[in-house]
Amino acid sequence: MSASTIPSALAEPASDHQMLEVSLGPQHPSTHGVFRMDVVLDGEEVVKLKPVFGYLHRNHEKIAEKCTYLGSLPYTDRLDYICSLTNNWAYAMTVEKLAGLVAPERAEYIRVILSELTRLINHSALAGFLLQDMGALGTPLMYAFREREKILDLFESLTGARMMCNYMRFGGCRCDLPPGWIEQTKNLVANFPKFLDEFESLLTGNEILQARTEGVGVLTPQLAVNAGVTGPMLRATGVNYDIRKVDAYGVYGRFNFRVPLGERGDVFDRYMIRILEMRESLKILDQALRDIPGGPIMDPKAKLRNLRPKPGEVYGRIEGPKGELGFYLISDGGPNPYRYRIRPPSLINLTILEDMCLGQTIADAVVILGSVDIVLGEVDR
Amino acid sequence: MNGLGIIKGMVETARNFVGSYHDAERLTTVQYPEQKLPPVENARTIPFLVFDGDDAMAGLRCTACVICEKECPPQCIYIVKDQVKKPDYVGKMQVQPKVFDIDISVCMSCGICVEVCPFDAIKMDQVFELSTGDRFGKLLLDKKQLAKPNDYFVKLHKTEATEIDVRREEDKRKAEAAAAAKAAAAKPPAAPGGAT
Amino acid sequence: METLEQIKARIEAAVPGARVEIVPNSSPANQPSLLLDRGHARAVAEFLRDDPALAFDYASNATGVDWPEKTIKEKIKVKKMVGDVEKEVEEVCERKTPAYLEAVYHLYSMARKHGPLILRLRTENRADQVTLPSLTPVWRSCEFQEREIFDLYGVHFEGHPDLRRILMWPEFTDFPMRKDYVEPDDYEYEPTPHDDVLTRARQHYPGGAPA
Repeated sequence: MSASTIPSALAEPASDHQMLEVSLGPQHPSTHGVFRMDVVLDGEEVVKLKPVFGYLHRNHEKIAEKCTYLGSLPYTDRLDYICSLTNNWAYAMTVEKLAGLVAPERAEYIRVILSELTRLINHSALAGFLLQDMGALGTPLMYAFREREKILDLFESLTGARMMCNYMRFGGCRCDLPPGWIEQTKNLVANFPKFLDEFESLLTGNEILQARTEGVGVLTPQLAVNAGVTGPMLRATGVNYDIRKVDAYGVYGRFNFRVPLGERGDVFDRYMIRILEMRESLKILDQALRDIPGGPIMDPKAKLRNLRPKPGEVYGRIEGPKGELGFYLISDGGPNPYRYRIRPPSLINLTILEDMCLGQTIADAVVILGSVDIVLGEVDR
Repeated sequence: MNGLGIIKGMVETARNFVGSYHDAERLTTVQYPEQKLPPVENARTIPFLVFDGDDAMAGLRCTACVICEKECPPQCIYIVKDQVKKPDYVGKMQVQPKVFDIDISVCMSCGICVEVCPFDAIKMDQVFELSTGDRFGKLLLDKKQLAKPNDYFVKLHKTEATEIDVRREEDKRKAEAAAAAKAAAAKPPAAPGGAT
Repeated sequence: METLEQIKARIEAAVPGARVEIVPNSSPANQPSLLLDRGHARAVAEFLRDDPALAFDYASNATGVDWPEKTIKEKIKVKKMVGDVEKEVEEVCERKTPAYLEAVYHLYSMARKHGPLILRLRTENRADQVTLPSLTPVWRSCEFQEREIFDLYGVHFEGHPDLRRILMWPEFTDFPMRKDYVEPDDYEYEPTPHDDVLTRARQHYPGGAPA
């Protein structure tokens, strides 16, 4: 055959094909909220990835400058709407540091119990959603949600609402535990390991999960520390930094628990870290439920209305289920904060999304995003 | 063997599937609206105003102190004070609200209005089947729609309501005893005049 | 962690020409901060990250703060001639605080598990000279947060790899978090009958406002 009979399309050199620009748009079942990724693909391989968000931006920081300190507490529920009690605790702790209030011991124990229950619901929801992104069509998700419902029922009987709890106050907690709540929680904590074993036998040995997550989205410890990644994502790379151990805020210094660390920093490590953290949370819950003292639940010096902290500023942080959740408050002596800033873990963890996804296929990009564990209420505030 | 993990997982799924026929813990679906979950005492959705007795407007506990309007974070309460005063449960004349509107499309069920009310006049309701077609008319509840009797409050939040009732009875009894003592102290100056 | 005075001395020794001031914090939280000058901020940041004793390898939070100009009336005692006698008289004098935009950085150390160290950078004024050096080449975690300060406050960061709006849409022109931001008239779509919100929203409803 002479050269003139070869069709012109095949005669072009292979390196001259075009890149495909895809907008994994804001409405998508696997983007964990209204989150958009502008992905440039070379075939199926990701060449460039830019996250775009701001679709849920409600400017909570400006609303807080108009509300009083107590008035922005219900708004903090709506930040990371899956874990509302840890958001409440971070804000209450920051205002307590600013105003010089001290919560009594029983309140601190209640806070630890609720925060560890929140960690359980967040990690089980995450494990369910990660599997959903991989195409497991809802079975692990519904198993995780079955256990989550039991914990949400506990929250409802204590705080009055399942998700938007609005329970912590400056100087303690809003109301005391109703009778029988501790027994119900002890029951739940005793039955939870059985669920975790069932979940692990369903998933961890699954070859499809292992093939899709091992070696995918590897993050090096140096990049993770420099990019400000915190929470289970950081510990999956092997860096030992858990604010519950470093700052020992509240009464966390009294509990005996380990911090699981990963080795390779890929998606499978992040998934396993969360399962192991759930087991450690159960240990903390056992100890807290056993040792909870009686007594008052509010600081007698704390006022509900008209709280006016002295002028100054403070930065307070906790180990939320997603990472370091921090609040930075500047007070000018009035009833409203002068500057109210939230340090959102989901937003900072998204900084290296592009670095993790380069070179992987687009299907892996979805799985990597699922393992970062973002909640748009927190990213956009 | 390759695939053993998947098979173990399938065994779990099968166990749940078969178990849902005879184990109440495995079958977790509630067939709403035929079946409804029992209400929880502390649950909160939108606020309502409590009134004592039969007449909703005369027995309303609210004294229009506007503390709830000031403390409400999304500013969904709108109060206008009335010029006419009415007696409360101990007999003292109190201000009453002429207009008390709550926009429940804005209300975020935080319960701060309930916490700061000094008169136990506004409490959290548990109704959640509130959807209507008209966003602006039907979702703005006024005083008459918000007022619910004290018996309803006792049915919803038993411990809190009975505690408040006991306290109010005590206050009423004390006020009546004080009024009787004052009336008795006012009578003797007239008696010497009548005895002579 | 060393005290703030020791850190200040070491910074001034390591980065010649850097001007560092300690800004006190009067709340019970006791977190004073260091005010850096704009010219040497990047060099100071690199010293803080690379120094083995301090090892501030983790920038946790980058915040923007708006300080508009405030007029403070103060009563000060001044010696004045009243008639023939020199007396001490109280006079009311007005003082204007400077107006600037500020970026506050909170640094922690993951290697040594100490912190926080708080850095402040201030712009010249709020109107036209609003540039600050970007610390993103030193700590990658500042990337999105500096974009947010640019988006919501209008501070331009020199040296930032990708400075564009992050939370607002790209065609938006104003800076929402500034203290003098005016909301557009039809901002609240649900007119709960609160006076000025209702009157402003009413203009935008065809055929009269509901409720």
